[in-house]
Amino acid sequence: MSRSRRVVLAVVAAGCAQSLAAQPFGLGRAATPAEIAAWDVDVAPDGSGLPPGQGGASRGEALFADFCAGCHGDFAEGVGRWPGLIGGYGTLDSRDPVKTVGSFWPYAPTLWDYVNRSMPYGNAQTLAPDDVYALVAYILSANDLVGPDTHLTEKTLPNVVMPNRHGFARDDRGKAERHLWRAEPCMTNCKPEVEIRMRATDLDVTPK
Amino acid sequence: MSDAAPPSRRAVLTGAAAAMVAGRARADDTLITQVQPWSRNLGDPVAAAPYGLPTPHEFDVVRRTVDWLTADAYSSVSFTPIHALDGTITPQGCAFERHHSGAIDLRKEDYRLMVMGDVARPLVFTYADLERFPRDTRVAFCECAANSGMEWRGAQLNGAQYSHGMIHNMEYTGVPLRLLLEEAGYDTSRRWVYVEGADAASNGRSIPIKKALDDVLVAFKANGEALRREHGYPVRLVVPGFEGNLWIKWLRRIEVRDTPVHSREETSKYTDTLADGISRQFTFAMDAKSVITAPSPQAPVRHGDGPLVISGLAWSGRGAITRVDVTLDGGQNWKVARLAAPPAPMALCRFYLDVAWDGAEMLLQSRAIDDTGYVQPTKAQLHAARGMNSTYHNNGIQTWLMRADGSVENVEVS
Repeated sequence: MSRSRRVVLAVVAAGCAQSLAAQPFGLGRAATPAEIAAWDVDVAPDGSGLPPGQGGASRGEALFADFCAGCHGDFAEGVGRWPGLIGGYGTLDSRDPVKTVGSFWPYAPTLWDYVNRSMPYGNAQTLAPDDVYALVAYILSANDLVGPDTHLTEKTLPNVVMPNRHGFARDDRGKAERHLWRAEPCMTNCKPEVEIRMRATDLDVTPK
Repeated sequence: MSDAAPPSRRAVLTGAAAAMVAGRARADDTLITQVQPWSRNLGDPVAAAPYGLPTPHEFDVVRRTVDWLTADAYSSVSFTPIHALDGTITPQGCAFERHHSGAIDLRKEDYRLMVMGDVARPLVFTYADLERFPRDTRVAFCECAANSGMEWRGAQLNGAQYSHGMIHNMEYTGVPLRLLLEEAGYDTSRRWVYVEGADAASNGRSIPIKKALDDVLVAFKANGEALRREHGYPVRLVVPGFEGNLWIKWLRRIEVRDTPVHSREETSKYTDTLADGISRQFTFAMDAKSVITAPSPQAPVRHGDGPLVISGLAWSGRGAITRVDVTLDGGQNWKVARLAAPPAPMALCRFYLDVAWDGAEMLLQSRAIDDTGYVQPTKAQLHAARGMNSTYHNNGIQTWLMRADGSVENVEVS
């Protein structure tokens, strides 16, 4: 959701930061406010873009049973290969990280954004804002990140601190993997021997 | 037609010698000595197929899936049969697909693209509007960040199609995104654009505006014709060199912003978890990578020893390939491969090594180098740099074991 229309208009008036004052080709037409509102639904980590609304974990549990449990399980534990949404704390630096909403997602408003836009799977973009708040409250309570009696609103949801909030870093391959930019690799007698350590046919998981 | 199977080189040589010495001749090939039906009768009339399909004889050169990978077939992936293709351009009909909520059917007439956010003029474009902007045409590879992800911890899937087939390479025609941003009067102080599709997954990603202004295309043609539904018909984003998840299909909205959205697709997915549990985010560029497409497990060698063509693909999301090395002995000694054409930046490059195979077992690998000086690493080097859990962006060197009988297997070597 754009948050600086006023700033932009001020800049236009000042005539400095706009790419071009006039439309180069005059193609397209102005988007109406209702059209922008209909599609401009993304939610940022600070909660900007969240619509007004409220929902509680207990109502969310009932909604979850109706709309989500078929794939994610009654307790958000996941069914079959569908993703579990709970657990996994403290596993991210282990041999087998378990990445769930609770253990991995850095921002609670992103959960609202994803549920609102992409769920329920196969019937997306049909939930009312209050239903999304309720579902988010339930999923967060199933992760013990809010209490079972919690009601969330557009004001309170951004305040929920996710455990992996500081678990992400920007791409630093250019520095951390600088040694892979090495110009001239070895061409002859590069290693004394070669040993086969693993075979795909031992695993035997390839489609026939 | 078993008598028409190609003889081995040794058989040909000894046969030729024997024929000269003893005057013995092999049986005549009736495909030559007898008039065949196709030489006698009429073939198909023109336009027998108004839009032609591949010959039925190539029925097995198709996209394939690994059913256990995903929970269902709508949020799933299919793989390009790279083991059976040559050259560099991927035919649309067998180019890999990745959907998060299925491939939707969206008519051109129903297509709308909104450019909004921090712009002077939020605009809506129709498909017909897009056709009136100056357009570009270029070739680019699209590789899923998860391509070869199943191979991260070691050899798993026995075929180049499955291990490296989440890639395709097409010639795209479309409008530079820069022109649409300028048309809307984007705020030049802003650093990001958020791009989003019209499908139920509403897949959305944040892209640095620097990239958006540089070489991103809003594309409506691929390989000269309309996009296929499964690749985003009628309009998709082309983001050269960057991971495939950014190449938004059924593109419907472009929002100019100051910060990334941190959407689900750029936090909980498509991030690279390192050994200390910290995850790299916005790892856009696909590093230099290559794979021998034939011989490979699905493309074994049937002809015996003698002349053998080793064929493969190399690419880099950071620039153009400058060299590809091939080893036959698991990385002890390398030879410089022949590039089929001058490599283009952020496009697939075909390489060949023509060898006289002695019939002994080989451990085949290829190694790509790009014009930034980056050398494709071994998986051991990647594990040392990233730990064991960073399954996206696996560009490690691939090893094929080719046995004396010409069969090939995916293996991991020291």
